[in-house]
Amino acid sequence: MEDVEMDVASPEVMLTFYNRIYPFQSIFNWLNQGHTPTKRFTHREFAFTLQNDVYLRYNSFATYEDLKKQVCQYNPSRFEIGPVYSLRPRDRKTARPGAMVPLERELVFDIDMTDYDSIRTCCSGADICKRCWGFIAAAVHVIDDAIRKQFGYNHLLWVYSGRRGIHLWISDKEALELTDDQRKAIVGWLTVVRAEKSEMAKKTEIHTPLKELPPLLKTALEHLKYTFNDLILEDQDPFSSDEGFEHLLRLITDSGLAARLRDQRKAGSTSKELWLIILKATEGTRILQAMREDIIFHYTYPRLDAEVSKHRNHLLKAPFCVHPKTGRVCVPIDPIQVDDFDPAEVPTVNQLMKEINTANTSTESSSLPDWHKTALRPYIDMLDKHVQGIMDDAKRSKGTDLSW
Amino acid sequence: MFNARDRRSFKTEDAGDSKPESQKLNFYDRPPRHDVTLEEFEICALNRLRILAEIESSLARNRSWEEMKTQTTQQCKNYLPLDTEEDRKQDHVSHYVLRLAFCRSEDLRRRFIKAEGILFRTRFDEVLKADREQLLDSQRLHWLKVEETEKQNHRNELYSLYPPIKPEDVRNTSFNRDTYYKVRWTRVPDLIEKRKVFLSGGWAYVPGREQSSIIFQEFEDRLARALELTARSLPRLDEDSRLVPILDNLSNGFVAGVSSEWSSSTEGKNGEITAEMVDHHARNDFPMCMRTLHEQLRKDHHLKHFGRLQYGLFLKVLGLPIEESIVFWRKSFDRITDDKFNKEYKYNIRHSFGLEGKRANYPAKSCQQILSPGPSEHGCPYRHYSPENLQTALLANYSSQGLTSADLPEVVALVKSGHFHVACTRVFEITHASCGIKKGDGVGGFESVTHPNQYAARSIELRKGDIKKEGT
Ligand SMILES: [Zn+2]
Repeated sequence: MEDVEMDVASPEVMLTFYNRIYPFQSIFNWLNQGHTPTKRFTHREFAFTLQNDVYLRYNSFATYEDLKKQVCQYNPSRFEIGPVYSLRPRDRKTARPGAMVPLERELVFDIDMTDYDSIRTCCSGADICKRCWGFIAAAVHVIDDAIRKQFGYNHLLWVYSGRRGIHLWISDKEALELTDDQRKAIVGWLTVVRAEKSEMAKKTEIHTPLKELPPLLKTALEHLKYTFNDLILEDQDPFSSDEGFEHLLRLITDSGLAARLRDQRKAGSTSKELWLIILKATEGTRILQAMREDIIFHYTYPRLDAEVSKHRNHLLKAPFCVHPKTGRVCVPIDPIQVDDFDPAEVPTVNQLMKEINTANTSTESSSLPDWHKTALRPYIDMLDKHVQGIMDDAKRSKGTDLSW
Repeated sequence: MFNARDRRSFKTEDAGDSKPESQKLNFYDRPPRHDVTLEEFEICALNRLRILAEIESSLARNRSWEEMKTQTTQQCKNYLPLDTEEDRKQDHVSHYVLRLAFCRSEDLRRRFIKAEGILFRTRFDEVLKADREQLLDSQRLHWLKVEETEKQNHRNELYSLYPPIKPEDVRNTSFNRDTYYKVRWTRVPDLIEKRKVFLSGGWAYVPGREQSSIIFQEFEDRLARALELTARSLPRLDEDSRLVPILDNLSNGFVAGVSSEWSSSTEGKNGEITAEMVDHHARNDFPMCMRTLHEQLRKDHHLKHFGRLQYGLFLKVLGLPIEESIVFWRKSFDRITDDKFNKEYKYNIRHSFGLEGKRANYPAKSCQQILSPGPSEHGCPYRHYSPENLQTALLANYSSQGLTSADLPEVVALVKSGHFHVACTRVFEITHASCGIKKGDGVGGFESVTHPNQYAARSIELRKGDIKKEGT
């Protein structure tokens, strides 16, 4: 089942990676939204997790060169990005108590495969494969569409978390300035299925009886119906196991239908066959139709890790970091191509090392930065293009922002 | 104005908009621009504080919205009218003064926001439709009217979220008549969180019928944010030593429920009370603070300096003349010699009547002063007693006047939420039920207790009426 191979990097390899490959300048441009350093960069918190697991918070830097210098000195296993504070985080000890407050922060979302454990059959825990990536892909479609159309934001960066999940960073001006309450509201708007810490107790009930589905969920359902068929019924086939079947029965609110399903289920009944029984039985009555739609949501709707999004001062791993367990780089993902994304094809840091070594022994032009010669190049180009869009926007509305 | 450096915090979105004083309803999103004298500063703040304190005690007493509105409107006519531009300037200034006084603790901020929110709602209900529209149309609020064609484009989505009204054709008509507005979603996070509105491109589409509740919410949210900003910049303000005592006084006033100088109105009743009558009145008419002092005096045959001063001034204002006072204290201190009394105490009694020394006519202490921590150990029992001791004391002092243990939880709950003057008022109501006082009446005219002398005088008045009724 395990498709994403482990390819852990040594500290020496990590150091070379930071020194020669990591795109510090692109990350700076992305956070700073301009070429000259502003508070968006200088007052920004960075946190480092060192190789020995020591965690260092409240670092801040004047330039991306400073950041690079510090990273190469610490050689951390990964680092995280926090909010823009009212003062330089590294000066916090000399500040008046209460003077350091978070002012801005990209709106972030985190979707993690572990929240799908009770409904996926191909892998469990930290593992992920091309098949269960389908859950993530479905989530990306729903969230990307809602954020762009409903909330009107344009600058979305989706980033593979290096192992079993995906992050979303939104850099629109309004999104940066959201208060914690507003972040909580947007999470509430998007949350339908609660992340399952205690799955047994939780059911998905989206329809309040006799009320219509809110417009946003109607739109999502159109897409998720197909996901449900392809991913759940055809691929994952969760109802064919006893455990998966009991999980389904918990969502069947009609006791007659539940009894019929138990009755008609034989050894070897597939999810598809069972779903046909449900389809037939729920035709015609609105309440049962609503229940059926709730089941589709339960198995396919994005499961968000709400806590990550709610607070401005939450830290999230920087794009292009290396996942310490898999050795894979946290690369950006184009949401349009998310269905074709295969976690197993993401470059590992060891692989990148080989590439720059080969390139250096060949006679190719050495004036280009090292990353140009690696499999990371298309991903860094993707970030740079994304940043260009943000900067063009910032220029258009100049005069009002960056001046607080 | 009083803190120019703070102005940044209240920066407005549209400086080209009309002056806030030109309209009756004010979102107070810009600080006043004119100069204010310190005296003006304090007086107009006290007037506003009076209204807010009364709103707060109405809340603690669970008054209905209609009752509260009637009462607040009445009080606004007296203390905080909005008729002239000058009135509206005062309104504006007083709001900002109280912001400074109440931004300084989480609890004060919360209470201030609540009371100001109710004041705003009362006024929103009371002013003319034109005044309301003036506020909503002002560009600073950014309510964009949804044109009919746009409404029709989103008809299905909007209608599916329209409040459920029965029957369906009534709902349909109501929907067709309703005007929609759109606001940035960030202004209505509650509606977003619960998925109650249609959202497109970051604009939330809100039916006109829900507009007012959103406006009220926004008023409170903006105020909450502004208070936090003010709190953060306040340490710089504290450098202005002239302001700090005034601000302290104002926030204490809120805790004590404000603010009436009771002394002036009752001092005319000189000579009505004799030394012999004090025992009787103490049992029947005194609030717990004074009752406690009286009991202590009887038990110990003595009171220490500050207790003597506090109780003595209270009795003076109650109407015990100087001659009767000397008699009262002489009899009370019955374990000392005449000589000692004359030497050590008589002077102080005469002094408190303004007959010695600086010849100042000292006023009796108000609840506000008794509540603030000072050199005296004779504070407000509602504030300073433990809940257990308070309950014992209440039963011991007032059970003969109708207070039972069933009343205790209510009083203790008020105390626990910090509404000491309301707790005292409630005890007054319970112990004067036989005079026809009902819950919510207060010490008369819906007023809550702000001064021990107010409490005692009203009680004496009420019981007199009682005796008359029995006589006829
Ligand atoms: Zn899998």
